[in-house]
Amino acid sequence: MLKDKYDVIVIGAGPGGLAAAIAAKRQGAEDVLIIERDQELGGILQQCIHNGFGLEVFKQDLPGPAYAQRYINEALSVGVETLLDTMVLDITPRRRIFASGARSGFVDLKARAIVLSMGCRERTRAQIRIPGMRPAGIFTAGTAQRWVNVEGFMPGKQFVVLGSGDIGMIMARRLTLEGARVEGVLEVMPFLTGLTRNYVQCLMDFDIPLHLSHTIKRVIGKNRVEAVEAVQVDEKWTPIPGTEVVMPCDTLLLSVGLIPENELSRKAGVQIDPITGGPFVDDRFETNVPGIFAAGNVVHVYDLVDWVSEAGRQAGVSAARFASIERRKEDTHVPIKPGENVRYVVPQTIDRESLAEGNVRLQLRVRQPIESSVWVEVRNNGNLVTRKGELYARPGEIITLEIPMKAYDEVQLADELTIAIVKR
Amino acid sequence: MDKFDVIIIGGGIVGCLTARTLSRYKLSVLLIEKEADLGTGASSANSAIIHAGYDPLPGTLKAELNVRGNAMWDVLSGELGFDYNRSGDYVVAVGPQELLSLEKLLDQGRRNGVPGMHIISGEEMRSREPAINPQVSGALWAPTGGFCDPFMATISAAENAVQNQVKVLLGTQFLGFVIENNQILGIHTNRGDFACRWVVNAAGLFADEVMHQAGVRPEFHITPRRGEYAVLDRADIQVNNVLFPVPSEKGKGILVTATTHGNTILGPNSVPASGKEDTAITSEGLAEIWEGAGKLFPGLRPTFTIAMFAGLRATGNASSPNRSIYYDHDFIVEIPDSPRGLVNLGGIESPGLTSAPAIAQRVVELMVSEGEKLQLKPDWNPIRPPRPHFRKLPLEEQKKLIDADPRYGRVVCRCEMVTEGEIIAEIHAPIPAVTYDAIKRRTWLGTGRCLGSFDMPRVVDILARELGVPVEQITKRGPGSEFLFRPTKEMEAQHVEG
Repeated sequence: MLKDKYDVIVIGAGPGGLAAAIAAKRQGAEDVLIIERDQELGGILQQCIHNGFGLEVFKQDLPGPAYAQRYINEALSVGVETLLDTMVLDITPRRRIFASGARSGFVDLKARAIVLSMGCRERTRAQIRIPGMRPAGIFTAGTAQRWVNVEGFMPGKQFVVLGSGDIGMIMARRLTLEGARVEGVLEVMPFLTGLTRNYVQCLMDFDIPLHLSHTIKRVIGKNRVEAVEAVQVDEKWTPIPGTEVVMPCDTLLLSVGLIPENELSRKAGVQIDPITGGPFVDDRFETNVPGIFAAGNVVHVYDLVDWVSEAGRQAGVSAARFASIERRKEDTHVPIKPGENVRYVVPQTIDRESLAEGNVRLQLRVRQPIESSVWVEVRNNGNLVTRKGELYARPGEIITLEIPMKAYDEVQLADELTIAIVKR
Repeated sequence: MDKFDVIIIGGGIVGCLTARTLSRYKLSVLLIEKEADLGTGASSANSAIIHAGYDPLPGTLKAELNVRGNAMWDVLSGELGFDYNRSGDYVVAVGPQELLSLEKLLDQGRRNGVPGMHIISGEEMRSREPAINPQVSGALWAPTGGFCDPFMATISAAENAVQNQVKVLLGTQFLGFVIENNQILGIHTNRGDFACRWVVNAAGLFADEVMHQAGVRPEFHITPRRGEYAVLDRADIQVNNVLFPVPSEKGKGILVTATTHGNTILGPNSVPASGKEDTAITSEGLAEIWEGAGKLFPGLRPTFTIAMFAGLRATGNASSPNRSIYYDHDFIVEIPDSPRGLVNLGGIESPGLTSAPAIAQRVVELMVSEGEKLQLKPDWNPIRPPRPHFRKLPLEEQKKLIDADPRYGRVVCRCEMVTEGEIIAEIHAPIPAVTYDAIKRRTWLGTGRCLGSFDMPRVVDILARELGVPVEQITKRGPGSEFLFRPTKEMEAQHVEG
């Protein structure tokens, strides 16, 4: 069963989110919930079945799902709650979260602190503006990776990879192992953009050529990709005439960079650094919106997952601390909200325990004059707490009212009190 | 052999609206479309603008049908339940020279019968569209201009036709006419022959080839001109209006416009296409549209691009039926003397989308003028019930939808917030969406920043499950555009067998 309010809600169960949830729980947060849109925990690690994960954190060379599993086990053992197959639709700056899922239905939750860990997405053909036709067979490397490693289907037989990012090189090897032909990897830069170890293990070891300072001039094929026209570029990325080569293939894989995914962050009022594409954060990974933290590839794109987990851990600790301060404030104080015809009331909040010692005096000014007798009422969500009659209400004259000691129990239960002037 | 009163060749906006208009009458109507979905040609690759009608040369069929068609869109969108915004449109002058052209367009518009046009000041234009070029000197304002969802305009017209007993066959290609004694008796298709009394040629880019099969207008040729577009990210810019530059000899110029989906689009250029399938995007074309759009909005950056596409204009060489003017790219909307039984449409380029409802009406009028006795169906239902779009609903409505059907709770396209419930509804709609692109055009799924890389495997799965076919048979836009070839590990199995 979901609660109405959690100490910490983490958005996204990838490496950043899992580490944040575990750390928040260990730091003393009472209830921590991870909301994940996929059917299982672990995020994109679940489709990264190659090794190379955990060298920093575990001093071990693990495949992605094994790395994720260690965090999943720990999260479940420390009592992190999870809401799977559920997509967050909206986050407000006051940390209200709306989400939906086929099994969870429509979800409306409050959080004392939020950790954003939505990760990143891949850049697409449009973002690098590759000209030509628009047939089937142009996929990001990550989409192809999901099809091959999770769904178990081959999205092509003959591939060209654009971009020497890590996912592209890893997929070039993976597809070769599955019997496909990879004609080559093209990179517009005069240097490799991924890790050297991936170049050695994924391209050199499998005789897949890497063409630096090359890009794709156009895509050929109406229904399915039939070929791409590759071209060499100068240092300003301008194609050099006469260097065009048509490379037959049925699939073009794009590994041309990752972008932090911050649609939800923006909805919550989080400011985004135009350079990183992720939120501005302080040393505790807090964004400009109090109580909203961010960690992992949602902040900036990392090279190693180990650092994502570390950032998640720190954000989780900070979120738990923030939540505990929030909780204390909520527990001790009840806000008093001006209701009908009340301009303001002082004090604006009362300490719940004050009523154990004596009556609490409230003073208010009205908005509009009423020249007939009125009630001055204090209510808790509709229930009358106390009231007092006055012969009139005038903006020039302060009205005083006391909440009696006997209202102690009612006030203990209240989230907020409302004070209003109503005609008798 | 199945027999119909009328067969319509081509399921673009013109064919579908003609089918819907004919569905009012006691006629048996068949619409055939060679592609796996309706509206895949010019109807889905255009500016989506409902033109006011000041642009066509006065006296042409284009001018007449544009203004008449424009007036029909409010009722049409209301009955068919697709998005349409009569926002008005602007022709924006930059610098003092271009102001003169506005006067000329204003005069042309008035002669065409465009209501409510007037010229506004540069200052007024800047207040209505703050991001516009500060050098703007004035603009022509046409309150009857607007924009629509051209995908759903086409689909909803066909759905409403199907509701009213029209038959629609997808993947059905016209191969030739059956003509005896100078009377059309039927057509040959790749799926057999169909008998009929009337054929409506609404074949768009291929209309010349269809009419030639009947021996009509052998001199008429469609020479397609390609127009390229860029679609911009809503997060980077959202213009509020339809904005044209001052036109030149080359045409209406590169426009910047709002769309019903909230994205801003730029384009089109106009270059000769190498053939009727040449929908390629070129770097030269992109450079041209960015330069043109930069004239209206100097702040636009190519990095705002979220998608690109190109469409083909069915530019013909028919002279205007009005002999008093010289114009040789007019629409053809006619019943030729011979053979009998053909309603011939051709050269339907811009403003074809705007004119389509008027063209459909004209088809009926022409048939009546040839002695066709039409009787209204007493039970004709003009209303196509729209299906919900999760993203556009307020939270309360979203909650209700999910409570009623939890499949609306599963978001499949995260950028555009499209749910599994919406996808399934489209797959089982009166015009079933059976390809990825068909679902994309109806739901706007896969058009966001990740361009489908997240939803694609999921949509392929849903299509396969709902249609009861293996995932390898699911296509982007029909046979030959499959996504997947074989299961992994199949290599090993082959080795064992070998």
